[in-house]
Amino acid sequence: MKRIYMDHAATTPVDPEVVAAMLPFFTENYGNASSMHAFGQEARQAIEQARESIALLIGAKPDEIIFTSGGTESDNFAVKGIAYARKDKGNHIITSAVEHHAVLEPCHFLEKNGFQVTVLPVDETGLVDPVDVKKAITDKTTLISIMHANNEIGTIEPVREIGAIARECGIAFHTDAVQTFGRIPVNVADLNVDLLSASGHKLYGPKGVGILYIRKGTRIVPFMHGGEQEKNRRASTYNVPGIVGMGKAAELAGEHMEREAARLTSLRDRMIRGILDGIDHSRLNGHPVLRLPNNVNVSLEYVEGESMLLSLDMEGIACSTGSACSSQSLEPSHVLRAIGLPHEIAHGSLRFSMGRVTSDDDVDTVLTVLPRIVDRLRAMSPLYGKKH
Amino acid sequence: MTGYSDKVMEHFRNPRNVGDIENPDGVGKVGNPVCGDIMELYLKVENDVIVDARFKTFGCGAAIATSSMVTELIRNKTIEEASKISNRAVAEALGGLPPIKMHCSVLAEEALSRAIDDYRSRKKIAA
Ligand code: FES
Repeated sequence: MKRIYMDHAATTPVDPEVVAAMLPFFTENYGNASSMHAFGQEARQAIEQARESIALLIGAKPDEIIFTSGGTESDNFAVKGIAYARKDKGNHIITSAVEHHAVLEPCHFLEKNGFQVTVLPVDETGLVDPVDVKKAITDKTTLISIMHANNEIGTIEPVREIGAIARECGIAFHTDAVQTFGRIPVNVADLNVDLLSASGHKLYGPKGVGILYIRKGTRIVPFMHGGEQEKNRRASTYNVPGIVGMGKAAELAGEHMEREAARLTSLRDRMIRGILDGIDHSRLNGHPVLRLPNNVNVSLEYVEGESMLLSLDMEGIACSTGSACSSQSLEPSHVLRAIGLPHEIAHGSLRFSMGRVTSDDDVDTVLTVLPRIVDRLRAMSPLYGKKH
Repeated sequence: MTGYSDKVMEHFRNPRNVGDIENPDGVGKVGNPVCGDIMELYLKVENDVIVDARFKTFGCGAAIATSSMVTELIRNKTIEEASKISNRAVAEALGGLPPIKMHCSVLAEEALSRAIDDYRSRKKIAA
């Protein structure tokens, strides 16, 4: 059975070219990049080259890129680092209800420590309204954090407009670009951002490495205290192979992005149409157009997500669900709740996220297998017959 | 993949006794307060023996497997015997459930006890 991986929003395979670029830094060029000898300097050079590749991809200067251990650290660093650096100016943070937990949880932590957090609602497609952002600003607001695109429903937020508002008011603006970095154009100047998080493993790079872009002149409290790495802003021995891998992945993303985004967009739209036309009582979650090229998120009513996920997995198809049954908390996804989905419809949600390996045939397979699975489970569902 | 036993997966793949019964002698309908799932259990009873049991479930893999297992366990049992079957017994018969999924087996137990109550009250009315 051919396995079909449709969970690229969770993680991606590492590109063989990336692996090849990383390998020498495990065994031959293993120096500590902070050492003065040749071993160290070779590693240092490789890091600086990676920094340049990443800076180039997002229109930043190399010294505005800080390496971290991944998206979660970058988000934590940005949110807590700015909140504490600006504590003398105010204690109010604005964010949205659909942010990743890596932003929401640091905000909750700050709330318990004397900060105030406004969590903005979104509309039924998942969009934050810039007008709401403007209204929420007080003279105590020091940070706004709104994601570039949502990891579950794929909606692309009006980051540029929100950034302009933040800038006008002298408020630091952070965006979590983990889902967009390398997938669609991300430019820090266009987006008006002061801070931006990205991770390596979402774009065919290794796990355990990410970056935080920090606009020159932005004061931030370090997240890791220790050595003098990253100009005293992020202590810890450099993860040289990881950094090299992320740099290479960024280079490759720059080369492929345009073509790949167009290809995925057409696969995505074909898949969405196929599901909505082929299965009754189905709906698209997220925005129809302002949407990540690789994201398909649908709800299939009267069936539960985990049982669909298991059934698809038995057919070799990997995807994810926002169903309450599949979460540790037994609560449906906070994103699906934020767009106003009733509990039972959130229950029947599936996310397919495509990538470089996804082919036309894969989409066809999903479009044949999924309706069969939904039929089978609906035949078992006490909800289906009655409303039908 | 999810920490489910082979037995759970087997019942999930081939659930026994799916459906409903025309003119049932007892029906149990329950909603799961934990995650919002729903189960319906239908009984056909002759001389206090359950001769047929069928279910419909809207829920996770564990919910479907426990529903299927409970119908297997109660078939050809007397009402008295069936009323003693606990959610633990259902889970055990399935080779165990992940701790976070035990509440799904509670759903099956509740559906069973409702169906039995329903049967008994119908009988009283008829008598
Ligand atoms: S029915 Fe929801 S977790 Fe089992």
